[in-house]
Amino acid sequence: MTPQPAPRPARQPQAAVGTPRSRVDGRLKVTGQARFAADHGPADGIDGIVHAVLVDATIGRGRITSIEARAALAVPDVLTVIHHGNAPRLPYRDNSFPDSIHPPGERLRAFQDNHVRFFGQPVAVVVATTLEAARHAARLVEVTYDAEPPQLDLVTAPAHEPDIYTRGDAAAALASAPVQLEMTYRMGRNHHNAMEPHAIVARWDGDRLTVWEKTQWVADPRNELAAVFGIPQAAVRCYSRFVGGAFGNSGRTWVHSVAAALAARELRRPVKLVLSRRQLYFGIGFRPAYEYGVRLGSERDGRLTAVVHDVRGETSRYERHSDDLALGRMLYDTPNFRQDVRLVPLDVNTPTWMRGPGWSTTATALETSLDELAHELGIDPIELRIRNEPADDPATGQPFSTRRLHECYTTGMREFGWHRRSSRPRAVREGDWLIGMGMAAGAYPAESAPAQAHARLGADGTVVVRSASSDMGPGTTTSMAQVAADALGLPMWSVQFQLGDSMMPPAPVHALAWTMASVGSAVQATCDRLRRKAVALAVGDDRSPLHGVPADEVVVRRGWLHTRADPRRGETYQQLLARNGRTHLEAVGGYEPPEEIRYSMYAYSAIFAEVAVDARLGIVRVRRMLGVFDAGRIVNPKLADSQAHGGMIGGLGQALLEHTVTDPRDGRILNANLADYLVPTNADATDIRAIYIEGVDNEAAPIGVKGLGEVVQVGVAPAIANAVFNATGRRVRDLPITPEALLMPR
Amino acid sequence: MFPFTYTRATSVHEAIEAGERGGRYIAGGTTLVDLMRETVERPRALVDIVGLPLSDVSATPRGGLRIGALARMADVAADPVVRQTYPAVAQALELSASAQLRNMATIGGNVMQRPRCAYFRDVSAPCNRREPGSGCSALEGYNRTHAILGTSEHCVATHPSDLAVVLTALEATVHMVGPEGRRATPIGQFLLQPGDTPDREQDLRPGELIVALEIPPLPRPLRSGYLKVRDRESYEFALTSVAVALHIRGGVIHTAKVAAGGVGTIPWKLPAVEQHLVGRRPSPDLWAQAAERAADGARPLVHNGFKTELLRRTVERQLRIVGGRS
Ligand SMILES: Cc1cc2nc3c(=O)[nH]c(=O)nc-3n(C[C@H](O)[C@H](O)[C@H](O)COP(=O)(O)OP(=O)(O)OC[C@H]3O[C@@H](n4cnc5c(N)ncnc54)[C@H](O)[C@@H]3O)c2cc1C
Ligand code: SF4
Repeated sequence: MTPQPAPRPARQPQAAVGTPRSRVDGRLKVTGQARFAADHGPADGIDGIVHAVLVDATIGRGRITSIEARAALAVPDVLTVIHHGNAPRLPYRDNSFPDSIHPPGERLRAFQDNHVRFFGQPVAVVVATTLEAARHAARLVEVTYDAEPPQLDLVTAPAHEPDIYTRGDAAAALASAPVQLEMTYRMGRNHHNAMEPHAIVARWDGDRLTVWEKTQWVADPRNELAAVFGIPQAAVRCYSRFVGGAFGNSGRTWVHSVAAALAARELRRPVKLVLSRRQLYFGIGFRPAYEYGVRLGSERDGRLTAVVHDVRGETSRYERHSDDLALGRMLYDTPNFRQDVRLVPLDVNTPTWMRGPGWSTTATALETSLDELAHELGIDPIELRIRNEPADDPATGQPFSTRRLHECYTTGMREFGWHRRSSRPRAVREGDWLIGMGMAAGAYPAESAPAQAHARLGADGTVVVRSASSDMGPGTTTSMAQVAADALGLPMWSVQFQLGDSMMPPAPVHALAWTMASVGSAVQATCDRLRRKAVALAVGDDRSPLHGVPADEVVVRRGWLHTRADPRRGETYQQLLARNGRTHLEAVGGYEPPEEIRYSMYAYSAIFAEVAVDARLGIVRVRRMLGVFDAGRIVNPKLADSQAHGGMIGGLGQALLEHTVTDPRDGRILNANLADYLVPTNADATDIRAIYIEGVDNEAAPIGVKGLGEVVQVGVAPAIANAVFNATGRRVRDLPITPEALLMPR
Repeated sequence: MFPFTYTRATSVHEAIEAGERGGRYIAGGTTLVDLMRETVERPRALVDIVGLPLSDVSATPRGGLRIGALARMADVAADPVVRQTYPAVAQALELSASAQLRNMATIGGNVMQRPRCAYFRDVSAPCNRREPGSGCSALEGYNRTHAILGTSEHCVATHPSDLAVVLTALEATVHMVGPEGRRATPIGQFLLQPGDTPDREQDLRPGELIVALEIPPLPRPLRSGYLKVRDRESYEFALTSVAVALHIRGGVIHTAKVAAGGVGTIPWKLPAVEQHLVGRRPSPDLWAQAAERAADGARPLVHNGFKTELLRRTVERQLRIVGGRS
């Protein structure tokens, strides 16, 4: 891949970027025409598809002693049952970063041994010509086990060596601090619960494998399946045009995808495998549970002198997933800070990223602890934060590229009506309801990664731009078209952005809120280059009205190339191409993050929540929420709102409802469905509003964005928890906050 | 799903015949098909009864209400007669499930619905209700949503229906037709506590079909209402719930009907609360005193201990809401 010089600032007028456009694929989605992974079949030239259904382990740890498949094989239409006893040994080449995003460890392999590492682990796959037969036969596979009690206790299980971050002398500073607080917060395990289930269609053509997969990164199934089957990466192609939500659980390629590809290879037929809703709680990761100890030392005026975080987080026994828990290091000006993070290996499947990964976890501990300190000192929580606002990044000493958190606070206070909050808890009552307000801050790194794009301008004046990105819901297909439209001076309708094919120019994993910074910058660079090519062709063409005009003086608007000085002097892309006998013009381009990072770059959030708590019945309802975000340029306010609302609703779930429940006896997940795993309903999320602080960040990305998709969930849960305290005077340190934790004496 | 046959009954008679031969009735299918997918239910023959003319909702001559077994939850909730005469019925239905489910589900099926216990619904877990004698996983397992009343060492699952709580409070009758003719039973005897036969959930004989549920006439004016406490605002079964109906005349409570949900293995009638109310004048103190008796006999498990106090408070709240602040 060829690094491109940073693009010159666009001199094009901004027409599409910054405007609230509807999704270009909205109609396809609501009319059922958008084809998600499981929808692929004959219409895509995939004939003779057969159906695979996984058999899940029913113990929490141990060994398989026997697998009896006769009854399953006797079901009409069943083709095969594959398990460790009959599966071929697969090469399983190493596939580590940067080819994959596997955490360190030994990845779970499909049917390669008789170990059961967690409840629900796939132990066999049944394939049949009909889905019904496969499903039924999967129930008839009899597996016997030698079961052992699983280790599932985050608090008591032995932990790995801690990962330690330290600056200053936190222990000494804490010991001498005039004000000292110590708390322990616990956060339940969360599952992503995307609407679309994980699904894959796998087809072999000789030694070449094609998959239609639900993924946030088409390169990952390609690289992982190539590694597993010992074939070149170029022999695998992955398509993923639409993703029906993912929230992080489709970044890495899970074992069910290998199972499908293996079955397809054994049977020499295309295989489709769709996880059931229940199976979506078994093997595709989750936000780990945490026990998060916090000790704070401060001056009487609230200035933090010492912060100590002692963290225990779940991982599996076979891999080390670690979330990035760095929020505490940079949010406040603390000279003395120490953080010990211990991963606790348990008999669970490996956790993975989930929206606002790590940052929303730390925000819950840090931002609740600050609220506790504010209460202890009798200082307004926002005032306390402002007193601890750093001038430069306290972790790196670097200046901030942009940090408009203070503006987030002031805007939020005004718009939310913060002055109406009583600083005394349990002071506002409306009938049976106690009313309270709370707030919390958050941040999320504004990162970017190399990306490339290809753009092709046709003789009809329309453009197709392509990059191997993904769109799990933020509206990437739409926002990239906006960027391309402005760079090329075209109306939206003549620009099409295509993604989701591993043969396209490479893009980074669609996660970490960095797609717009990375792919967006690549699209802009590519389209700038394509426009300049067209302009060069025009100004050098003596039949063009633009002949001889300095290239910098030419702009394009609605497909009309003209001089800046005289909009009437110009021509269209079509005229230019036709006269020059060109069928098309094309350009490839890309984006490389700068090698040296000189700034501390983050997106910020300030979240405000008002809750009503029925003091006698313990019910909490969020009456209003406001998120104020400093995320740099907002490419599409309508899509941004849908991101922000979704993230804040996710945070509401974290605070009050979401909690994967495991039976400690055997690891059985007891709420593996959407009736029992509670996510917020519309009735729970009635009044949610987002405000974006204006301003671009040209250090964070050439197109000035800092990323929005993750920060919108960071700080939401603690804002709600703090509001519950303000309403009731009761500090609940375990999330989710349940009625039983709030049932109060009269 | 295990293989099954499917037929559609065109008359009550035909349905009963098919039922007698072992056919399983399917109405809206919102409980049954779900459980068939999980292979908890494995009927060999389904008899679809939705086409039968059993969906009338009508006032009975002396002011009661008769609801056909095949009336949809949504239709009953919207019925003007229901809303006027027994608002608690409409409230309980509107607080049940989701709009989509209420459009499919029937009243008969609602009363017949099976436990929501996670172990019951997971065929790889021991469960006495599903497999008598295999053990009860919930007893020593995760039992936050389970019952504190009417439990046995064999099963502690709650009856999940909201409507049935109202029907229990109002002492409704279940009308059935079977191979041996018509029969009627009070709902309090129709739904069975687990005892040592947790797999027997209702007093329904082979081939018997519920045709209607009838709420007896009660003295008017009657105030009634249903309160449901749950973690989220919508689309969740009750942690606790209470149905209350009061006939207050001359400032004195003459009739009190109270039952609770989310706490019992069947909808839990609260006679001690009712008795304490009758003959007394409404007052905040009265609500509190009556509610103190709501959880008599409760036997909490490891994770559902909070329900004992929550039940009392839910009863007190709902007495106040229905009985007024006077
Ligand atoms: C996600 C979800 C959430 C829910 N939430 C709630 C809730 O909050 N509150 C609540 O009360 N309910 C709730 N329900 C349950 C729902 O109300 C019941 O599933 C529904 O009422 C059952 O009616 P049906 O017609 O679909 O019954 P079916 O599924 O057709 O039948 C259920 C059972 O009743 C039997 N049966 C049906 N009709 C008759 C008859 N006339 N005579 C004899 N036997 C009969 C069937 O054989 C079967 O065993 C929920 C259900 C789901 C799936
Ligand atoms: S409570 Fe009842 S339904 Fe649940 S596991 Fe025990 S026996 Fe089965």
